[in-house]
Amino acid sequence: SSQQHQEAVHHCASSRCGEDSHGKLYKNDTETQLYSLKMYSIIHIFYSSYHLWKYTIYDEDEVLLALAEQLGNFTMLVGGPEYVHCLLPPLESLATVEETVVRDKAVESLRKISQEHSPVDLEVHFEPLVKRLASGDWFTSRTSACGLFSVCYPRVSSTVKAEIRQHFRTLCSDDTPMVRRAAASKLGEFAKVLEPEYVKSDIISLFTALASDEQDSVRLLAVEACVSIATLLPQEDLETLVMPTLRQAAEDKSWRVRYMVADKFSELQKAVGSEITKNDLVPAFQNLLKDCEAEVRAAAANKVKEFCENLPEDNREQIIMTHILPCVKELVSDTNQHVKSALASVIMGLSTILGKDNTIEHLLPLFLAQLKDECPEVRLNIISNLDCVNEVIGIRQLSQSLLPAIVELAEDAKWRVRLAIIEYMPLLAGQLGVEFFDEKLNTLCMAWLIDHVYAIREAATCNLMKLVEKFGAEWAQNTIVPKVLGMANDPNYLHRMTTLFCINALSEACGQEITTKQMLPVVLKMSNDQVANVRFNVAKSLQKIGPVLDSNALQTEVKPVLEKLATDSDMDVKYFAQEAISALQS
Amino acid sequence: MSTISASEKVDGFTRKSVRKAQRQRKSQGSSQYRTQSAPVELSPLPQLKDTPSAEQQELFMQKLNQCCVLFDFLDSVTDLKSKEIKRATLNELVEYVSTYRGVLVESAYPDITNMICTNIFRALPPSDNPDFDPEEDEPTLEVSWPHMQLVYEFLLRFLENPDFQPSIAKRHIDQKFVLQLLELFDSEDPRERDFLKTILHRIYGKFLGLRAFIRKQINNIFLQFIYETEHFNGVAELLEILGSIINGFALPLKAEHKQFLMKVLIPLHTAKSLALFHAQLAYCVVQFLEKDPTLTEPVIRGLLKVWPKTCSQKEVMFLGEIEEILDVVEPTQFKKVQEPLFKQISKCVANAHFQVAERALYFWNNDYILSLIEENIDKILPIMFGSLYRISKEHWNPTIVALVYNVLKTLMEMNCTLFDELTSSYKAERQREKKKEQERDELWKKLDQFKLGNAPLVQNNSHSIPNDTNDTSAV
Repeated sequence: SSQQHQEAVHHCASSRCGEDSHGKLYKNDTETQLYSLKMYSIIHIFYSSYHLWKYTIYDEDEVLLALAEQLGNFTMLVGGPEYVHCLLPPLESLATVEETVVRDKAVESLRKISQEHSPVDLEVHFEPLVKRLASGDWFTSRTSACGLFSVCYPRVSSTVKAEIRQHFRTLCSDDTPMVRRAAASKLGEFAKVLEPEYVKSDIISLFTALASDEQDSVRLLAVEACVSIATLLPQEDLETLVMPTLRQAAEDKSWRVRYMVADKFSELQKAVGSEITKNDLVPAFQNLLKDCEAEVRAAAANKVKEFCENLPEDNREQIIMTHILPCVKELVSDTNQHVKSALASVIMGLSTILGKDNTIEHLLPLFLAQLKDECPEVRLNIISNLDCVNEVIGIRQLSQSLLPAIVELAEDAKWRVRLAIIEYMPLLAGQLGVEFFDEKLNTLCMAWLIDHVYAIREAATCNLMKLVEKFGAEWAQNTIVPKVLGMANDPNYLHRMTTLFCINALSEACGQEITTKQMLPVVLKMSNDQVANVRFNVAKSLQKIGPVLDSNALQTEVKPVLEKLATDSDMDVKYFAQEAISALQS
Repeated sequence: MSTISASEKVDGFTRKSVRKAQRQRKSQGSSQYRTQSAPVELSPLPQLKDTPSAEQQELFMQKLNQCCVLFDFLDSVTDLKSKEIKRATLNELVEYVSTYRGVLVESAYPDITNMICTNIFRALPPSDNPDFDPEEDEPTLEVSWPHMQLVYEFLLRFLENPDFQPSIAKRHIDQKFVLQLLELFDSEDPRERDFLKTILHRIYGKFLGLRAFIRKQINNIFLQFIYETEHFNGVAELLEILGSIINGFALPLKAEHKQFLMKVLIPLHTAKSLALFHAQLAYCVVQFLEKDPTLTEPVIRGLLKVWPKTCSQKEVMFLGEIEEILDVVEPTQFKKVQEPLFKQISKCVANAHFQVAERALYFWNNDYILSLIEENIDKILPIMFGSLYRISKEHWNPTIVALVYNVLKTLMEMNCTLFDELTSSYKAERQREKKKEQERDELWKKLDQFKLGNAPLVQNNSHSIPNDTNDTSAV
């Protein structure tokens, strides 16, 4: 029956029925076409036929993109793997269009359906397509071909394999940089499916050539390939086959290439092993940390911790102390804030590697310097990673410098910075202890409740809940609850609402006693507020704290107030009061 | 940190303009200076004009070599004396190659090009401002400009010197040289790009062997700009050079040139930053059409294909370009594109953005376009009528309504009978459209029943859908 189905598809396609009905089905707008493509894949069996595609008006890139994507899922619709090659012609056309996203999607679909081809079909139908694309006139088809070699290579005969290798070689020296970029970006992937002897004989020369391409956009892609290639080669070949190229890349005249080396440094380090790391990568890394472009220094700074972690353990400490740390010290006072901030996000990680004594003697001064940095992002990154250092030397060592930094961040003009510091409060509170907290940080936590940005007030509320969970109900009763309830009389209705939000968050952690005796009366009193928003939030709060209250209070105090609110003149107040009543009944 | 403005306090967000204002400082960058070796101190050489002519050549070489030393301009306090010596020497060299005859002997070429390459070829620094908006932001200026400007000046005078011999220079000014020159067009510094433009133009003029190569590389830069990076600072400058290159193309146009028009220039219209180079781009397109009018149809269809969907600012530019094209169109070519073109124009006049509508309606102020419309009024009026009639009643902007009345009046005068017919059938036409819409909806509803997963349908009834389609349309 799949045979019949095939015929039906072809019949429909060739009778051009789709074209006739086209005007009736589609308005001439992309969105409808897109929608229809996704929803009605079945109709598009007709359109997916290459012939039909030529007739229809599907030249809108968005539509082509959807088509390219859908065709990758069409195997069953054309009758299963036996017929999957029917999908090749339309995908081949799509793989040659100019728009990169369409082309990439077509290649992705082709890669997907290549797996559904039998080895014979792969040679009869798929591989010729790859060859056609690889020798296409316009650069688009050749770039697409680059992504297809590695999927068919493992499953074809050795003669075809030889052809594929030849095609790949040709594309690596294409005179269009776009094609060379595509080839360079697939070099690693292709190397992985090649037999080891060809990695040495073919890939290395291609790699060397691409890595010294005249365009830096090609050279930097070779750095990526370097990682895969190095993992494929035996250790003894790395020095002669890979390292000259890698050394050259680390000193490339284009900062983009050096940036790429810095960015891939950990992967490269793992791929080349500890000996080469010690001899070559350590000095290379030092240079990158001292690079003249801030972008490169920032990328390298980001890798400091990972690089140190992966150093061979036998002389890790010595390498870090004599080679890496001096560079790191300089970066702490770098002129560029991105560099400092990148460093700040990883520098604390060094303490676990270097141990307590070194941390106190060498790292602590750096942490302290960064905690006083003029750029808030740097300070924040240090505070965000306090936990690493806490494990090694304890946070107390830092507390004297920590406090001014926290206070300043707590008042930063950017609300996202304030938000970030709030999120670290529970952690800090736990580590610094209740006394220190009450003395130094409590005021800050309360001040956030009246911040002018809602997100900060909300986070501050949530923060209080976490603090209560940490320090207990008694602490809450003495330090927080009175202040929170005091805000119920604030002239600003937003602050009065904050009281309600805090109560919502705290009631459970504080328990029945405090909730009934102290919080409830305040909530009930607020039901007479002249602002409707406050009143309906009272209803919401009552619904929220209801389960914490004892049933007596619920019946005698909460219920009458809710019933009164249910007859409020404001629609929303009524609605939420009724919500609360029905919720509390069940 | 303590000076937070009131506006920031209110919403916590800073507006883009506020942020921009905060970094109004002039930003300057350079990655030219990379040597970490000890600085070289320059000592002044005697003036060329004070030297006997027999020794001038030798001194000229010495001076060229002296100018190969690079200085760190980011550091404004060191090497002040040497920097001044180099500046003075460069000035002297510029004067020397522009006023003296017979200085360009063959043996001088390698040193001249070496000095130029050392000074100007460099990897451009990363942009100071990753979301640099060329329309709003101040560009990062090349900090070593005091020297670099003179080197560019020198290169230009070198190329323009009457004794300059391309046959000798081509050994040094080769493909690699041109490639590096083209990469510099990405410089953020407009002063540098301006020099590059003139220089590349001179090279294109003098080195016949490099012409095809230059065109191909510009092609690649544009394709990379359109489809890969969407970022290149020198598009306008390159297009300006191309404008004059196209002007000189021989007829009939080579396939290569036509491909450039259709596969590069037309897709360039899709760029986000079109505003920065649209004038130059439109000029190139019009140049092509003046050379070969048969390209009108593919060009117009190409533009319609990439017509902006949401960006009104770009739509106004497209309309401007269409008007430029129509200014030079041949009546026979116009007939080939009038239908799709006026379908688009009718959408534009009905655009809710008044600038788009206004720009489209201005076509009716152009006498030549008016004569084309008049000649083809029986085709164009039915396309335009619906939109014009509707917006004359519905558009929110009174200026547009007034303009539309004038246009309707002009059209009516061109063919009164057709106009009356269209007016009387307008209502019926709209109802027919509505009905069509309904039918479409119903058809879709019907198709809903055949959704995927309806296995027997997939298996056997592949025909039934088109049949259904016909049934519905017959209703």
